[in-house]
Amino acid sequence: MNLAFSEEALTLSKALMKRYPEGKHKSALIPILHIAQAEFNGWLSSDAMDYVASIIGIKPIEVYEVASFYSMFNMQPVGKCSLEVCHTGPCAINGAESLISYLENKLNIKLGQTTADGMFTLKAVECLGSCGSAPMLQCGVNYYENLTNEKADELINRLTAENRLQSYTDIK
Amino acid sequence: MSRKILLEHIDVPGINTFDTYRKMGGYRSVEKALKTMSPEDVVEEVKKSGMRGRGGAGFPTGMKWSFLAKPVGVPRYLVCNADESEPGTFKDRYLMEKIPHGLIEGMITSSYALGANTSYIYIRGEYFYILRILEKAIAEAYANGFLGKNILGSGYDLDLYVHPGAGAYICGEETALLESLEGKRGNPRVKPPFPAIAGLYACPTVVNNVETIAAIAPIVNMGGDEYAKIGIGRSTGTKLISASGHINNPGIYEIELGLPVEEFIYSDKYCGGIKNNKKLKAVVAGGSSVPILPANLILKTANNEERLMSYESLSDGGFVSGTMLGSGGFVVYDEDSCIVRNTWNFARFYHHESCGQCSPCREGTGWMEKVLHRIEYGHGKLSDIDLLVEVSKKIEGNTICPLGDAAAWPVASAIRHFREEFEWHIKEATLSQSRNFGLLAAHEALVK
Repeated sequence: MNLAFSEEALTLSKALMKRYPEGKHKSALIPILHIAQAEFNGWLSSDAMDYVASIIGIKPIEVYEVASFYSMFNMQPVGKCSLEVCHTGPCAINGAESLISYLENKLNIKLGQTTADGMFTLKAVECLGSCGSAPMLQCGVNYYENLTNEKADELINRLTAENRLQSYTDIK
Repeated sequence: MSRKILLEHIDVPGINTFDTYRKMGGYRSVEKALKTMSPEDVVEEVKKSGMRGRGGAGFPTGMKWSFLAKPVGVPRYLVCNADESEPGTFKDRYLMEKIPHGLIEGMITSSYALGANTSYIYIRGEYFYILRILEKAIAEAYANGFLGKNILGSGYDLDLYVHPGAGAYICGEETALLESLEGKRGNPRVKPPFPAIAGLYACPTVVNNVETIAAIAPIVNMGGDEYAKIGIGRSTGTKLISASGHINNPGIYEIELGLPVEEFIYSDKYCGGIKNNKKLKAVVAGGSSVPILPANLILKTANNEERLMSYESLSDGGFVSGTMLGSGGFVVYDEDSCIVRNTWNFARFYHHESCGQCSPCREGTGWMEKVLHRIEYGHGKLSDIDLLVEVSKKIEGNTICPLGDAAAWPVASAIRHFREEFEWHIKEATLSQSRNFGLLAAHEALVK
């Protein structure tokens, strides 16, 4: 295994484990998996999960079964920017479906796919708690709400210019 | 009917900071409780308030607190459920983002009442930016002596942490949340034992929604009896309503319970009426899990009484002609809405979010999604309608947690109230692909 956290990420992970009672530091698994995803290009490879298991001192299977349960953890490589469009009820009746079609055409990919340059992955996700500001999408730690085609264009231009991994945790 | 308690100071600039929040009277409940009240006194005030849990189930908070076991030498925990993910609901996010100290004050006062010395706020992973807001506010509370050792010289210690989830609706169910907080998959536990006996780390635990905990501060400040005077009947206090869908003013509204539904939909103070001057077709009043009601039944009960925004009035008529206040996720549908498509959408949601533990839910949600998909896309059979009802009945009541019920109710209620629209989709399969059914089932509301 050649993977390792940055010093900052390692320090933070160790501090997180101390937030739980003695012997219960496995509680820090999900927070540390978020850090791992931010450290390791936005997804969790087996090596990444094994590394997390070694930090916490639990068996790798305990990490695999958790990582695979939660929708925010990517089990496959993704683009630097995951555009996660909410398509549940209230968003669906207020433009989510046309926003998804627009983004599919604009990026020339289908839902679930990544652009050839590895910049964007397009996903449809379930309710993000932004029902009053539909249509919307999440990218990394940010919510982009009340979207129009024009605003989506601007966002894509901005993210392309930033050219970095947009992770849920703003650790990086 | 426009009294504001939780959002009283929402427009004060800087209310997200400790200093401003404190200047506006913040943290008074902590001072009052720690200096002048015993933990039992606080629980008593909450009981007197009659406040019912604001997460969706509506169980009286004071009673839930009184079930907490207190074995000697065993730690007790308070866990705040900030996993808001019921479609149509976005109130907790608003509260935490705008007035983070409101939740933190409530956590301190409540933790004192319950005898917890370590408390957690479990927040859905997608709300990471709010986690940072809360952590900043918590640091301010520590710096000002409201968290940590010997708070305000009272001898009471409390540590408070925020813990992110990672995308799972099921973790809003309290035992799934506790599993997740322990670093496991979010599989709900078999009950009993309830968390009050064996919760986090098998210790006695109370899990309360964000809005519930935030309301503890005003309840302690004004006293439970005063709080109980607000609202109507057993629906005491105020409630945050998340309004979305085809309305002019989507957003969060704090209402005094008992406000007429019609006023909430049409008044400019609230939803401001239906967008583009269209007509009202249907409402999902309490988050996607509760039965959808056609316009005539959401405005008036089956007995032709005015429908109110309260636990009792919304559930008047049971599931035959009523619904539930639930989480207060109020989604409005206009005349052009397709009920079949919306029902399929919700069924897909529950299929996606089923944890897979119980067969009726794991298999049944997928089955309902598949059948609804074929009806929506013009390949349905008339027998599919009864099949959906049959499947929903086989899920309801047959699972470890309420997700099964939550998946069954939207389907069963849509068919109950909009059966003709489902039949039309099947009989007019080609036409249904190019236009919507319209308003027929909601006919009695056409006066608006």
